[in-house]
Amino acid sequence: MITENYYTFKILRYDAKEPDVAPNFTSYRIKVVSGLTVLMALLRIQEEIDGTLSFRSSCRSAVCGSCAMVINGKIDLACRTQVATFGSNTIVLEPLPNFEIIKDLVVDMTPFWNMYEKIRPYLIRTSPDPDKEIQQSEEERSRIDQVVNCILCACCYGACPVLARDPEYAGPAAIAKLERFVLDSRDERPASALDEVNDEKGVWGCDTILRCIDACPKDVRPTDSVVSLRKKLIKHKLFGKGIK
Amino acid sequence: MLSHDVLIVGGGLAGLRAAVGLCDKYDVGLISKVYPIRSHSIAAQGGINAALANNPNAKDDTWEKHAFDTVKGSDYLADQDAAELMCQEAIKIVYEMEHWGCPFSRFPDGTIAQRPFGGAGYPRTCYSTDLTGHVLLNTLYERTVFKGVKVYPEWFVIALVNDGGQCHGVIAFDLQKGEIIPVRAKATLFATGGYGRVYFYSTNALINTGSGIGIAYKAGVPIKDMEFVQFHPTGLIGTNILMTEACRGEGGYLTNKDGERFMKRYVPNAMELAPRDIVSRSIQTEIDEGRGLEHPLGKYINLDLRHLGAEKILAKLPGIRHICLDFIGIDPILEPIPIMPCQHYSMGGIDTNEKCATDVKGFYAAGECACVSVHGANRLGGNSLLETIVFGKLASLAVDEYLQNGGAKQDERLLISKKEEMEKKIHTLVHEGNEKPYTILTDLRKTMSSLVGIFRKKEELGQALKNIGEIKERYKHVHVSSPKLHMNYELLNAIELEYMLEVAHIIALGAYLREESRGAHFRRDFSTRNDADWLKHTIAKMGPDGEPAISSKKVIITKYQPMERKY
Repeated sequence: MITENYYTFKILRYDAKEPDVAPNFTSYRIKVVSGLTVLMALLRIQEEIDGTLSFRSSCRSAVCGSCAMVINGKIDLACRTQVATFGSNTIVLEPLPNFEIIKDLVVDMTPFWNMYEKIRPYLIRTSPDPDKEIQQSEEERSRIDQVVNCILCACCYGACPVLARDPEYAGPAAIAKLERFVLDSRDERPASALDEVNDEKGVWGCDTILRCIDACPKDVRPTDSVVSLRKKLIKHKLFGKGIK
Repeated sequence: MLSHDVLIVGGGLAGLRAAVGLCDKYDVGLISKVYPIRSHSIAAQGGINAALANNPNAKDDTWEKHAFDTVKGSDYLADQDAAELMCQEAIKIVYEMEHWGCPFSRFPDGTIAQRPFGGAGYPRTCYSTDLTGHVLLNTLYERTVFKGVKVYPEWFVIALVNDGGQCHGVIAFDLQKGEIIPVRAKATLFATGGYGRVYFYSTNALINTGSGIGIAYKAGVPIKDMEFVQFHPTGLIGTNILMTEACRGEGGYLTNKDGERFMKRYVPNAMELAPRDIVSRSIQTEIDEGRGLEHPLGKYINLDLRHLGAEKILAKLPGIRHICLDFIGIDPILEPIPIMPCQHYSMGGIDTNEKCATDVKGFYAAGECACVSVHGANRLGGNSLLETIVFGKLASLAVDEYLQNGGAKQDERLLISKKEEMEKKIHTLVHEGNEKPYTILTDLRKTMSSLVGIFRKKEELGQALKNIGEIKERYKHVHVSSPKLHMNYELLNAIELEYMLEVAHIIALGAYLREESRGAHFRRDFSTRNDADWLKHTIAKMGPDGEPAISSKKVIITKYQPMERKY
């Protein structure tokens, strides 16, 4: 049987257009079925109780990356987190860290997209395109499985302790995206493409304490990309090897 | 006032492909309600059709066979010239997407992998595991980053400015700033997606309100074939999240409470891989006749993948497994997936020709919001991703041709006066009324799912029209809680709701008037196809009184003469 229980949602409220009003928590009490997700609960609060509440959402199925936030201290997508997960009837919701708040649970993602664009997140080739597909073996395709899964939700960005102290750090998602192209057998970017991340603002800035791996809802494991690109850089810079 | 040569509305596959095609030559602006990468294209799972003939079992596949399957699948309502064009272009655009970096799954010989899909004579659905929409949208978004396309994320179009024969641009709303901004454009392209959320049970993202179709309709643009609504056979119960057709393409079974593969009683030759309209009706019949299973979330049928084995499920359907674990706590390696048919796709939409041009000069539409029509009365799986990219590309070529021929001059006064009208409307929404937008929307959705669903009949459709009329009256008293305009999602919902009501109205009216059964439109009181009277498109255009005026349009037939649709 489906059971219904009362839950209290404590949600951080803040409006960057009214900086004089300090951030504060507003509590909402609603009755929900146990399998309900945090996102569906948020929609019900917005629809039924408080139309002024702001948060992002789209696919509600953990593929679009809109609804990353802090849920009872843990960074995750609201749409894939069930309210019953925590063994508590109080759920605290806060916006993603390492970003400026626009309003309530909506943050300004601009720095995240800037880092993403900076690493040149697209296939780079110098060879002419064939008439048909560029050949790629199953094994070559499988090398990028893990990194292709990234949905750019920025959970990793919010969880990253390096970004907390250095906003100019490239961040886990951008580095994983760079590795996605470096690993792709079809990509022909020059080894100098890694120069962009060959410093403390890039792969050498990472503390390798795996917070991004913990926060990623798609098992992308950005730290793996950091380590892999470090190895490639060493092999390239010290031993003159290519980056493939 | 903002100004662009070309304004594209929508950041999904169709909009992005059009932007990529135009941005080298023109000043292009792209408005998207969400960050483009959050668009609903991302959720497509199974694949994209193209007769590449890579599959060892499909060496003699051709675009003509693809076109035939598409036309037959459409129950002969597709315009055959457009379907042929799409299937020819399919091969080019799949290779193009691959060259731009799309990581398709591969066959052992290094070519793009292709799997069987419903209603197709050959295994021609190209895919990337079960995340095909995800990789295609990422690839096209990457391409727009490469090209430096100007994107306005979290902007929303609230009105189209059309003087009756020519489009002058749009009135946009910047959600982050809360500002209303007129945008002048020589050419405007809508790629705003489908209307799934006018239904209560839908696989679609929450953003799929169909407001783009409603906005065009209210601006006097003709809308086509809205009664044809695709119900996907396999939506997860409860959340209604899509369980891709690839589950069946890879060999999954549909079973009822007796464990019977019931499709053998409906379509013994095609079984689970019959087209979606037929499989959905079969599932609904099983449930209606008491052979479904019971769950607190509703009655359901099993989608059983267990016999495929862990290895195949992990390799071919990893996203499906993830969704099942996250959203219903079921591992499809060990247990069947509980599914029910849910609204999934909008065959109808803004009436366009094969160049994506509408009745209104300078106004174009592409993707799910448009109706060319290539899908007719029923779309085949794997043809929607295809349509978005092909017609995004063709729209860019058509817009280029239009602008090269001089386009037309825009009248800024029309944009200003429309902006003032929208300001007044928003003022009313936030200062008057007493009904919450969501109560109205919930009633609309329930009406659509219960009375304009898989099986239809005159009395129910008449009741739906009556309900929609009453709901429209209630909308006049809708109220938004906060007068602050920035990041006001309730306001956004209230604005979209007006357009959703119009969309629902013309779906129900089209269904009421079409006294036959064709493709996804099934009338219990007229259960057969009637080519003599109904081999024609339905056109709805808003009259001066605000009510829809209905007319019809000829179906274009090239070489596939309508015959009985058997599988």
